[in-house]
Amino acid sequence: MILHFSNARLIDPEAGTDTPGSLLVRDGRIEGTGAPDEAAPEGATVIDCRGRTLAPGLIDWGVKIGEPGERHKESFRSAGMAAAAGGVTTVIARPDTAPPIDTPEALEFVTRRAADAPVNIRHMAALTKAREGREMVEIGFLTDLGAVAFTDGVRVVSDSKLLSRCMSYARGLDALIVGHPQEAGLSKGAAATSGKFASLYGIPAVSPMAEVMGLDRDLSLVAMTGCRWHADQITVAAALPALRRARDAGLDVTAGISIHHLTLNEFDVGDYRTFFRFTPPLRSEDDRQAMVQAVAEGLIDVIASFHTPQDEESKRLPFEAAAPGAVGLQTLLPAAMRLYHQGGLSLPQLWRALSLNPAQRLGLEAGRLSRGAPADLVLFDPDAPFVLDRFALLSKSKNTPFDGARMEGRVTGTWVAGRRVFGGEP
Amino acid sequence: MTFRARHLLGIDHLAPDEIVTLLDLAEDYVALNRRTVKHADALEGMTQINMFFENSTRTQASFELAGKRLGADVMNMAVAQSSVKKGETLIDTALTLNAMQPDLLVVRHPHSGAVNLLAEKVNCAVINAGDGRHEHPTQALLDALTIRRARGRLQRLTVAICGDIAHSRVARSNLILLGKMENRIRLIGPRTLMPAGAAEMGVEIFEDMRAGLKGADVVMMLRLQRERMDGGFIPSEREYYHRWGLDADKLALAAPDAIVMHPGPMNRGVEIDGTIADDINRSVIQDQVEMGVAVRMAALDLLARNLRAERGRAAAGVMV
Repeated sequence: MILHFSNARLIDPEAGTDTPGSLLVRDGRIEGTGAPDEAAPEGATVIDCRGRTLAPGLIDWGVKIGEPGERHKESFRSAGMAAAAGGVTTVIARPDTAPPIDTPEALEFVTRRAADAPVNIRHMAALTKAREGREMVEIGFLTDLGAVAFTDGVRVVSDSKLLSRCMSYARGLDALIVGHPQEAGLSKGAAATSGKFASLYGIPAVSPMAEVMGLDRDLSLVAMTGCRWHADQITVAAALPALRRARDAGLDVTAGISIHHLTLNEFDVGDYRTFFRFTPPLRSEDDRQAMVQAVAEGLIDVIASFHTPQDEESKRLPFEAAAPGAVGLQTLLPAAMRLYHQGGLSLPQLWRALSLNPAQRLGLEAGRLSRGAPADLVLFDPDAPFVLDRFALLSKSKNTPFDGARMEGRVTGTWVAGRRVFGGEP
Repeated sequence: MTFRARHLLGIDHLAPDEIVTLLDLAEDYVALNRRTVKHADALEGMTQINMFFENSTRTQASFELAGKRLGADVMNMAVAQSSVKKGETLIDTALTLNAMQPDLLVVRHPHSGAVNLLAEKVNCAVINAGDGRHEHPTQALLDALTIRRARGRLQRLTVAICGDIAHSRVARSNLILLGKMENRIRLIGPRTLMPAGAAEMGVEIFEDMRAGLKGADVVMMLRLQRERMDGGFIPSEREYYHRWGLDADKLALAAPDAIVMHPGPMNRGVEIDGTIADDINRSVIQDQVEMGVAVRMAALDLLARNLRAERGRAAAGVMV
């Protein structure tokens, strides 16, 4: 099977280029690139991109899928359909399910169930049993079965001695640990970032310093143990110097951020709109801008949606009682286009954070347009405008902060290993 | 007369002229309430439900009297003890009550924003009787009426609000109202009880109570809300009283004719000296309670007028 994508605008995050060109795919892998009007080889199916943008598919690191336990909120199938429609070709699933993915048996179950999805699904496993922060999981068995990283999600392992042992043990296996930098005592009960807005609206709030303190502790333990470590979300400017120091000191540390923290700020909560409740909470506009800058500089490596499906009942509550999180698989790309149109980030810069960096950090072959890479691709128009209707989303849950928002960036085709999983027209 | 609001969810949504309208009407009800026969018919035939998700004696009694004096059928729902325990959500409880066709719903809830949420789901007028640490608009309005009567005006006064500002919806509503009416506001209290971002709210902040009280026209004490605290905000009640309790020594620094206010219930000997609370030359604490009924009558009356007008327009087929 040969696919020839002609007349494309090619985004190659590895080379850092954004150029007109064509792309050849053979048997699910990328064979090479050429001039926009390069002749298709014999027997190739030609896809005329008509000037649209062709890039490696997004790798969304940290997606909550409701299996097991909350399939009414999201299944592998619904999440996979939403991913395909959003140009996400690899989903990195979170282990904070009910029960959590903390045994090889649980991992085998979700691995089997994931076959329902039309895109690649890789799994993270919990770091401690039942995510209770008391005993480490079988990191060896779980690694053998394909767990790409270990995390207790937003539950912070507050026992530093246990965490140091988890890190030391993980280092012996070269396993990656994903932390949630937060001082759990300070952030307990908080639903907003402390400041004038939270005070006037009377929302329990936490200082941005809780994130800095959590990061400082975790980085000290990384320095002590030498393990590979990734911060799920760094969202405040005050945390950046510590991250930079760790990087400069040669620690094997990377960091991510959610697209919501890059495109929204604390004022968007407005009149207690629960679709804008996140963990960590939305930050000040100053912080948001600093984080966009940190992505541009490469200090923040990964942008993800932190897709968190919640049913209507979990959100139709007073703000502080409502469940946090938003769906994002289908809005990750158009929301990221806000950073392209208004934030001064180039498409290759964005695609490093959305595709190449997560792939490299997790040891995946995808995220590139180079020869031999899997043909996981997204074709989209970065300028196509639309108004988002949350009920048109393919996720089972419709909790998006972008409902009714004017957005730009429409996906017209998604391919996984050369097989088309979304879009009918070319 | 200007009063456009459909609900009374907070002071934040009121314009200065709406505040003045409400206070002027409340003056009439003060006069009515001092008569032997206290009945008016502004709410004749209407149903008022008081729905308190948080225990309250004073506020609930005040709203109940206000409704009854205006001729409404008033029902009290102690929701804290009923359906919530059976797992019913706030919205379901609201919809259930809404189906009984009330005209006025008075709601208190422990979560900030809960009353706003509820107001979106019902088709009667909603009054916020306190939501979490967000707003308590009728308290700020009754405080405003008390100040206006005692000081002859509601502008260009120096008002010192003292105590547990961080956990107080009374403080929030008051600082919004007094700010809208162009007064100078000082917040006094330990840093542990001061809300984050207070410095950006157009107020002056004092840790030292003596400095903060200097020349103040109005001294508004807040209850030290022990039940709201996680613990550990202040070292002891006696140290709190020493540094932030209102006694004769500290009050002597305020303007000679300064009035002393407290939303109640008071902790005598914690935030206020009992003799000051009882000093009829300085304390307007009992006036506040009296004004409370009058202000709530005015609020119920105005919302009922708007509700009738809205229903009248709807019945006449006018787009609303």
